[in-house]
Amino acid sequence: MNIGVLALQGDVREHLAALAGSDVLARPVRRPSELDDVDALVIPGGESTTMSNLAITFGLLDPIRKRIADGMPVYGSCAGMIMLATTVLDGRPDQESFAGIDMTVRRNAFGRQIDSFEAPVRIEDVEGDDFHAVFIRAPWVEHTGPGVRVLGRVTEGPAAGRIVAVRQGNLLATAFHPELTGDLRVHRYFVELVRQAQDAR
Amino acid sequence: MSESRTSTGTARVKRGMAEMLKGGVIMDVVTPEQAKIAEDAGAVAVMALERVPADIRAQGGVSRMSDPDMIDGIIATVSIPVMAKARIGHFVEAQVLQSLGVDYIDESEVLTPADYANHIDKWAFTAPFVCGATNLGEALRRITEGAAMIRSKGEAGTGDVSNATTHMRTIRGEIRRLSSLPEDELFVAAKELQAPYDLVKEVAEAGKLPVVMFTAGGIATPADAAMMMQLGAEGVFVGSGIFKSGNPAQRAAAIVKAVTFHDDPDVIAKVSRGLGEAMVGINVDEIPQPHRLAERGW
Repeated sequence: MNIGVLALQGDVREHLAALAGSDVLARPVRRPSELDDVDALVIPGGESTTMSNLAITFGLLDPIRKRIADGMPVYGSCAGMIMLATTVLDGRPDQESFAGIDMTVRRNAFGRQIDSFEAPVRIEDVEGDDFHAVFIRAPWVEHTGPGVRVLGRVTEGPAAGRIVAVRQGNLLATAFHPELTGDLRVHRYFVELVRQAQDAR
Repeated sequence: MSESRTSTGTARVKRGMAEMLKGGVIMDVVTPEQAKIAEDAGAVAVMALERVPADIRAQGGVSRMSDPDMIDGIIATVSIPVMAKARIGHFVEAQVLQSLGVDYIDESEVLTPADYANHIDKWAFTAPFVCGATNLGEALRRITEGAAMIRSKGEAGTGDVSNATTHMRTIRGEIRRLSSLPEDELFVAAKELQAPYDLVKEVAEAGKLPVVMFTAGGIATPADAAMMMQLGAEGVFVGSGIFKSGNPAQRAAAIVKAVTFHDDPDVIAKVSRGLGEAMVGINVDEIPQPHRLAERGW
């Protein structure tokens, strides 16, 4: 199984490490030819406007959109969630996404860095205790289309009830960063998703 | 009553913010218009300040935190993170920057120091701090004080990359040396580095700092930025190099691309074409000792 991590900008190394911890040898992807060699993709945390800019410049936007349309499994955390949304609020007017998940995402929805926080989130499909989630200038999901399953919401505080984890088919997105906590359950869930997608082919 | 399990301003949230900037370029800007150009070019963040280091150097005088109106103007203009500089040891400037909603505070040697003995107690803040360092001991002292990100200092406002190279090689070399030491020699290593033993041990075991390390000071071209990445920087600050050059928008975009493809000379060659005038530089050797900014910090 070949999983790529989009390596234009952001916490690529943490995702590579989390995938390695999930028994997958993952590789960075910066070029269309490298995309051809992977069965699935992780879009890391980072600055979504920078990723959009570089994806356009280096010819990755359309190839990734096409792979998504063809059923490639993708997981995005934080900026990665923004890159998977069909509609982005509070973004730049020229900002592009890979789309894929029928949802409206608000960028920097919880506020600026001083509002960044850690909090427990219960994720459906992931067994065990609540997930200790790290939110950094994070987005939230404001609206989901009919094909989208909500997997997790903020449980307490002023933003209680906000949607922060979703899945649509082979596409998974979280507003928080499991790659920063050493808890591999979300990555393992994604690897299992990739395995099932391959078996179905 | 159940206790809230939500927390802000934790070390993980502060250090994590820097992780999200990795592989990116942070650009010095002095106006909202410049901030817009930086964001358009793909900067991951902007550093709001009153004068770029080259002008601070040229004009002299005491250099301080920027006017809050100017910082507000930049925050209102861009959607990417906004950083701003406080003087070394000036904890009230830092309090003001935090109250303005600045995303990262740079306790910076580029401004005139406010305290020649103490740096700011950065644990006391919700906003994260980045600090400069010329060597490993300095980096570890800043982390001990609560810095959540380190940048090698270089010599700001010169367009001369040689000090950035020296500082990056020094820090990386000292980390490699620590990793090679037997455990019973780490006590003396900590004494020599003037840093806490636990932190020294952590770095020796991990082979890296516990926080993200960017580079800064004198970077003026895409090739400069790419070289710093190949030397082990996790991202780049560019100060005077962009807005003191002939074509800031194009140069800014070129440096962003060169950082992402720092190991691909074909891309660096391509983005380096037709950029126009680079900033007029000053050789660090020609700057008299008291005017060297990198030596500020203790």
